[in-house]
Amino acid sequence: MAMFEVRIHSRGGQGGVTAARLLALAAIRDGKYAVAFPFYGAERRGAPVVSYVRIDDHPIRVYSQIRNPDLILVLDPSVMDVVDVLQGMKPEGRVLLNGSEPRDMKGFPTLAVDLTGIALREQLVVAGNPILNTPVLGALAKMGIITLDSAKAAIREMFSDERNITAAETAYKELTV
Amino acid sequence: MLTVATGNKAVASAVKQACPSVVAAYPITPQTEIVEQIAEYVTSGELKSQYIAVESEHSAMAACIGASVTGVRTFTATSSHGLHYMHEMVNWAAGARLPIVMANVNRALGPGWNIWAEHTDAFQERDTGWLQVYVASVQEAYDATLMAFRIAEHESVLLPVMVNMDGFLLSHSMQPLQNVDIGDFIPPIHLPHAIDTSHPAGYGTLTGPEDYFRLRWDMERSMRDSVAVIRETQEDFAKRFGRKYDFVEEYRCDDADVVVIAMGTLGKEAEVAVDLLRKEGLKAGSMRIRWFRPFPHLDLSGRDVVVIDRDYSFGFGGVIARSLAATERVTPFSVIAGLGGQEVTYDDIAGFVRDRRPGEELWFGVNGNV
Repeated sequence: MAMFEVRIHSRGGQGGVTAARLLALAAIRDGKYAVAFPFYGAERRGAPVVSYVRIDDHPIRVYSQIRNPDLILVLDPSVMDVVDVLQGMKPEGRVLLNGSEPRDMKGFPTLAVDLTGIALREQLVVAGNPILNTPVLGALAKMGIITLDSAKAAIREMFSDERNITAAETAYKELTV
Repeated sequence: MLTVATGNKAVASAVKQACPSVVAAYPITPQTEIVEQIAEYVTSGELKSQYIAVESEHSAMAACIGASVTGVRTFTATSSHGLHYMHEMVNWAAGARLPIVMANVNRALGPGWNIWAEHTDAFQERDTGWLQVYVASVQEAYDATLMAFRIAEHESVLLPVMVNMDGFLLSHSMQPLQNVDIGDFIPPIHLPHAIDTSHPAGYGTLTGPEDYFRLRWDMERSMRDSVAVIRETQEDFAKRFGRKYDFVEEYRCDDADVVVIAMGTLGKEAEVAVDLLRKEGLKAGSMRIRWFRPFPHLDLSGRDVVVIDRDYSFGFGGVIARSLAATERVTPFSVIAGLGGQEVTYDDIAGFVRDRRPGEELWFGVNGNV
């Protein structure tokens, strides 16, 4: 497999960095190499932020930012009003949106799953924010980027609350690929 | 167990295992996570250590000096302006022959106010008598921190060691980390000149011209002796834990006609550029300088040399390019790139190599007389 590069769009405080970390950890549990890193800026709560994940079969030596992602993950679709989330997208790139309906993303194959709804149903809310980064791992597993077993293993390594696992399983079931 | 950690957490994890008796530190971005994590280890009891939350970096190093002189293991961490605030004490630590270990997360100096990666902060401490190593992965940050204690405390070294990693690029990057069971890899510390209240003696007293140079020469002798200690420590580390390190990490250099030299994360990114150039038919290789003090020997004879400096000495040049011009008598193409976290990709590095002009200096991103 060539290196697989993911760019995650969210707002400061929504857990985009933790989503990146969970994805990298799950990929490592799948036996791959992975790194996760935030955009090296001054993160502010509520401001649009990006974080990145690289997954490869070989050790990763690239430190520069991801310019041509294979997958764009949008945890908060409202950032699309102010950020061109498709910037630099590979021609064969895909999009995963948090939302109940897929949107037209300039023709790129786009999937949607209501992560916010899943988090609210599971009462996964911290400081008023629904937790999106654990259910999203289930969606990424459904897309074949990681295995569901590794997604669950990664979540369990970072969080003890089993509702996170239920949420990931629900996202796995609800996402139609 | 294989896990995922930031560079900062990896350093803290290694410090926990090395178990210093005293940690004195002051937080500064992008290093803060190291001392926060160590403070948590101390609070939770996982690390039996005295944590001294001081009011400045100058005091952090002073506290480490005070603790170290009693013969115990000490650690601190800093970055950029914090490093320079402690500069006076950084000199003192080396002159007093105290094997303090410090993590420095490389960050540019202001103004303009900048929190991103640059090596000038640590390079400005190059003449203090500290050993300096630069890492290029989270795993290496952990491994180098463990080795730093053993090297610093070795009886033929007894000089402090600074472990350097690129701000954000490593300090905040989450990568695989394999913790090891260190066993007796770091022997108990024994400081021959530790203070002993039953035998009172003066320290740091006035040293006249007839003696001072002897102390300086002794520092240099130990710096030279440290080469063998570093080699032996890295070899033992490889034997015990399976990960090999050298003074310089070479990549595809055996038959290389042109070698690109860099430090830290740029040294890893350069390897990808080398692969790209090889595909184009150019016999390229890369060397990542890990140990900056003692400064290593590089086999550059008969090769074109491209040096990327993430640093600058005003009125002189890129520190690594000018150093290699002096020590290896080469005429490098000197590229100044990555200052203050400037983005430099493997494509950019491949471009530096393709368009090399030996003897000239290029400031990446600067056009004309800007």
